[in-house]
Amino acid sequence: MNFAILRFPGSNCDFDALHVLTSVVPGATARFAWHKETELGSCDAVVVPGGFSYGDYLRAGAMAAHSPILGAVRAFAERGGPVLGICNGFQILCEAGLLDGVLVRNASLRFECRDVHLVVEGRPTHWTAAIPAGRILKMPIAHAEGRYLHAEIDVLEREGRVLFRYADAAGGVDAAANPNGSTNNIAGVASRRGNVVGLMPHPERAAEAILGSSDGRLLFESLVARGGRV
Amino acid sequence: MTAKIYVTLKKSVLDPQGQAVARSLGRLGFAEVQDARIGKYIEVKLDGTRADVRDRIERMCRDLLANTVIEEYRYELGE
Repeated sequence: MNFAILRFPGSNCDFDALHVLTSVVPGATARFAWHKETELGSCDAVVVPGGFSYGDYLRAGAMAAHSPILGAVRAFAERGGPVLGICNGFQILCEAGLLDGVLVRNASLRFECRDVHLVVEGRPTHWTAAIPAGRILKMPIAHAEGRYLHAEIDVLEREGRVLFRYADAAGGVDAAANPNGSTNNIAGVASRRGNVVGLMPHPERAAEAILGSSDGRLLFESLVARGGRV
Repeated sequence: MTAKIYVTLKKSVLDPQGQAVARSLGRLGFAEVQDARIGKYIEVKLDGTRADVRDRIERMCRDLLANTVIEEYRYELGE
């Protein structure tokens, strides 16, 4: 399975994603796609990595959402192609309208950089189908704008499109486990069709035991194992 | 022509930056400060008739300058 990893001026998790998808996850290959390109070329899935695309000018992800490559990503997503946005990639996909909602400044006003626990739930998607509901994943976060807001949060919840929630190590979802003030402890969501997924935590930084957790691999393995099908 | 565009957070959206500024003002002795909200000011120079410019500015705000999930915008047209 071939992944295209987008690169913007200011992307800084692009090589982490490339490493995981060329050297860690069996069955995966990957290459970069520059933001000025208008075609993705042949690929089975797209990863929008973290960083500070275009310096986070105006709003996090706002400029990248209108870059040429996003037109190609939009067409790919409309054909049902799997797209994963990580951290700034999640912000970009929200700004581009490929995911609902928006990510704003952390309630703490701090750049939150630490390991968190997530509880997996919601409808199965390309990126989560192989992860049992209720499974607790450990991954790092590193962001200043991760407070998720949505105008119709009840609809999102009812449709099972909340995939990851900040929790404690035992899976308890409460305010103490919420690092950024995100609505309903939401850490990651899916599009209505389920092929586009975004999350603030970094699965690509938690894909090998030597890094303290390999839970993040499950997202990529989930996709590869099913050949891109849910 | 110059358009002066103000982008502000909707009243329903928590503004922790604004709260921090209000607290700092309080510490500086401005005890009368009850709240502060932070927004953006964008100046755009452009050509066109006033009617056309209004339409174009509206679209700029909706497409890029404001995220209408959380923000509101207003603008003034200058010389």
